[in-house]
Amino acid sequence: MLQKIYDWIDDRIDITPIWRDIADHEVPEHVNPAHHFSAFVYCFGGLTFFVVVIQILSGMFLTMYYVPDIENAWKSVYYLQTEVAHGQIVRGMHHWGASVTVVMLLLHTLRVFFQGVYKKPRELNWMVGVLIFFIILGLGFTGYLLPWDNKAFFATQVGLDIAQQVPFIGEQLKTLLAGDPEIIGAQTLTRFFAIHVFFLPGALFALLAAHFILIRKQGISGPL
Amino acid sequence: MSEKKQQVSRRQFLNYTLTGVGGFMAAGMLAPMLRMAVDPVLKTSSHGDLANVSLSVDDITDEPQRVDWKIDQVDGWYESEVTKTAWVYKDENDEILAFSPICKHLGCFVSWEGSEDFPDEFYCPCHGGRYYKDGTNVPGTPPLAPLDQFEQKVEDGMLFLGEAKEQGEA
Ligand code: HEM
Ligand code: FES
Repeated sequence: MLQKIYDWIDDRIDITPIWRDIADHEVPEHVNPAHHFSAFVYCFGGLTFFVVVIQILSGMFLTMYYVPDIENAWKSVYYLQTEVAHGQIVRGMHHWGASVTVVMLLLHTLRVFFQGVYKKPRELNWMVGVLIFFIILGLGFTGYLLPWDNKAFFATQVGLDIAQQVPFIGEQLKTLLAGDPEIIGAQTLTRFFAIHVFFLPGALFALLAAHFILIRKQGISGPL
Repeated sequence: MSEKKQQVSRRQFLNYTLTGVGGFMAAGMLAPMLRMAVDPVLKTSSHGDLANVSLSVDDITDEPQRVDWKIDQVDGWYESEVTKTAWVYKDENDEILAFSPICKHLGCFVSWEGSEDFPDEFYCPCHGGRYYKDGTNVPGTPPLAPLDQFEQKVEDGMLFLGEAKEQGEA
């Protein structure tokens, strides 16, 4: 049945070469932990992606209950955490996954750094990687405000004050992020929500696509 | 490798184990999310008590009158007072009838004598649905069932109403 559906589509638009190109290629021996155990360091990039997928999926499901409004944000998180079956687990995945993402990303970056594989011709992908790193930090920062509890509020207070220290444009930058020069409130929460679930994930997808296309173009770096 | 016929090749074995382990991990990840998403479908709704609608039984006539009353509604994390409405009258046997105003076609608001063209009937403006005074849907108009009736009781001469219940097919 599945084979038939596949053949029907393949007949018309010839997808086999496309997915061959994406999925069907050899893993070089020197990056395969089954050959050299120390090759596990090559897994961190893939693990980062795996955790990011978990973040995106669990985030999408959290959004079914979460409301970005100062009256109801905390109540909706409390409700999904205490009243919704498995809500606690899904929130837990997103909460802890956020930290695991950063840890994996750091390990991946360390591998690339200490192997020196950011050098020519892969400098571009290092730059893309640095942008991904900032996007992930941005996701962590904006997501942290969303539960709208005391910890969230004061973490954002501190973060915005740090942004304010930027020379010359600090004040404007803070207002741009907070939606108000003085208040951290209703407008801050909606902004952070929009940035957290639309703007940064959108940018992240684009950068991940660039990252992976570059890897396929340049191939994985050779053995040390 | 032995000369004997291999039941399962190494490649197949690896494929099966990897698919199995991968599937197990994916299921473990997705199960809580899906369970969370379908939770509203699986939640049992709590049954509220009948509410005093502030209408004395003596004031109920044989002409349907609109009765509004407030109930506390819990909607997830949001609690509020919402207004419920019923059409209430006494029939020829002095029995109190309390009809839900929700149209049995697609849920618009039904009014007693809501159209000048159809006196003595309930009328729904959305698609011209009609019901006789006893709540039965007028054949040939969009609704396919009679109006729902509220659970009711009379205490100390006051009318109490609960949930609206379906009547049998017309
Ligand atoms: C790499 C990607 C992401 C990271 C690092 C991240 C990080 C975070 C963090 C740290 C929190 C606070 C959690 C807590 O304190 O409990 C959070 C909350 C939230 N995130 Fe994300 N997030 C990511 C992607 C997404 C995406 C793609 C969506 C939606 C499509 C999303 C939706 C939400 C929602 C609705 C909340 C509020 C619920 C809650 O606080 O538990 N997130 N996120
Ligand atoms: S909803 Fe009442 S007639 Fe269609």
